[in-house]
Amino acid sequence: MLGYALRRLVLATPLLVGITFVSFLVIHLAPGEPVDIQSDESSTRSDAKIRQLLTETYGLDKPLHVQYWSWLTRLVRLDFGRSFSPDARPVLQKIGERLPVTLLLNIVELMIIVVLAIPIGVLSATRQYSTFDKITTIFVFVGFATPDFWLALMLMILFGVQLGWLPISGLRSPTWEYLAFWAQQWDFAAHLALPILVATFGGLAGFSRYMRQAMLEVVRQDYIQSARAKGLAESVVIGKHALRNALLPIVTVLGLSLPGLIGGSVIVESIFAIPGMGQLMVQAVFERDYPVIMGNLVIVATLTLVANLIADLTYSLVDPRIRVAARRSRR
Amino acid sequence: MILVVLAALAPKIAPWDPNRPDVRKILDGPSRAHPLGTDQLGRDVFSRMLYGARVSLAVGFVSVGIATLIGIALGAAAGYHGGTIDAMVMRLVDLMLVFPRLFLLLAVLAFLRPSIWTIMAVIGLTGWMSVARLVRAEFLSLKEREFVLWSHSIGASSFRTIWRHILPNAIGPVLVAMTLGIPAAILTESGLSFLGLGVQPPHATWGNILNEGKDAIEIGWWLSAYPGVAILVTVLSYNLLGEGIRDALDPRLRQSVGRIVSRTR
Repeated sequence: MLGYALRRLVLATPLLVGITFVSFLVIHLAPGEPVDIQSDESSTRSDAKIRQLLTETYGLDKPLHVQYWSWLTRLVRLDFGRSFSPDARPVLQKIGERLPVTLLLNIVELMIIVVLAIPIGVLSATRQYSTFDKITTIFVFVGFATPDFWLALMLMILFGVQLGWLPISGLRSPTWEYLAFWAQQWDFAAHLALPILVATFGGLAGFSRYMRQAMLEVVRQDYIQSARAKGLAESVVIGKHALRNALLPIVTVLGLSLPGLIGGSVIVESIFAIPGMGQLMVQAVFERDYPVIMGNLVIVATLTLVANLIADLTYSLVDPRIRVAARRSRR
Repeated sequence: MILVVLAALAPKIAPWDPNRPDVRKILDGPSRAHPLGTDQLGRDVFSRMLYGARVSLAVGFVSVGIATLIGIALGAAAGYHGGTIDAMVMRLVDLMLVFPRLFLLLAVLAFLRPSIWTIMAVIGLTGWMSVARLVRAEFLSLKEREFVLWSHSIGASSFRTIWRHILPNAIGPVLVAMTLGIPAAILTESGLSFLGLGVQPPHATWGNILNEGKDAIEIGWWLSAYPGVAILVTVLSYNLLGEGIRDALDPRLRQSVGRIVSRTR
């Protein structure tokens, strides 16, 4: 097990280097130097100042590999540079205060998705072509097709403007400090309700579909038949024998879908004015705050990589075949 | 199909000029003259949506076209040659997949001036990975078949073998991926335009009509409601089309067992 974990870790290292390389290359993707593009945008700061800042920060007058190397060595020391915005705070600090919000949102969303999608998928698979299955299938297709930002707007109109039940922006009410402890928690939860609902919607559709598919595959296997033949109760056959096997591929799908979920927080956070990574990214793009953009990109991608690693390891933990296969392929 | 026709005929059908403001009719609700109402500048939402359909669909088609070309080229090279090329391409795929797409797109767009063409290009460039994987998988199994060996044995070049013999046999899953990629690209484009970083006004797209609708959310619900419905319907129909093609091409995925069981009951 430890060997397998180490092997995955070693394989992930070149990817980590790749992440930094791509993030660095982005700045050179634009036709011409980034400083040129800067100059014909209506920027509040003077072009000359930006030009100087960029050249200074990234050593744009030096050869490419020198630029990359100096950026990388600073990165290793967790020095992401300073923001170009007037406060000029270190990028790491800026991201650090927003990361917990995005992480919290995504973890809660993921938990809701898993908790709901598994029973939905199992039920619609065991009762294939029933009314329940048809309704969830329709829900799945609508869920796939609904633009999250539009859903967010509609829910804001409904719950925020028309009914006035839920707050539609930020994380806390202006009066938060004066509330009692539990009222504070309640206020926080109310602010999160709509964003989480929106972010969960599409993911839930996808997962219940995968779960249904995985379940359908498993139910057809011989060992399920033999479990039934042994005279086991249907609930044991489905709940124990089938579910365990159907859950395996879901772990991988879970890992693979993380980038989408994190990407979705860009839109959700900007609509609901939640101070997370996504909102920071959008602001940075509008302000052309390059160090923040690059730092964000590196950190988000690294997080996804780590999450994928965890998914991989979980998978090998629950499915011994993977470990054995890995050992065999090494020989 | 209907959508494509509507989009193509936009100048003929649209009752009003999509960019002509009318100060007397700012934020009018749906009426007979303006079936879907007007926006902050008094422009007809229905006409703007028709023109928006053109941009959204064009972005969908072109970006998926770009993604498919890259995906086929890299996937074919990896699957056919194997070895180092394969390993390199697959590492690249892995690498691209760890970047949440929207973050990567935003980062790139921060450096480029957003126009319809750059949007198409960047969405295409960040969407080829699934096609590459599919094509590679198909090639891995197809290259061992007799007809490929035969093609080699009569002295055909690798390019010719790939192009004339393997690719046509691998095109089915690619077609499905393309049909499913178009709605994804449309969603991405409208998301970017919604954030104000996609196709820029005065070009109407469904995303930026929604973006403008957001600012008038308390008075003009029609501004935000209809473009969203348009996106939903478009994406839904492409997804269903994709599923349909997949079922038609691959009977194995049709859950035949389930159907037989339900028929015998």
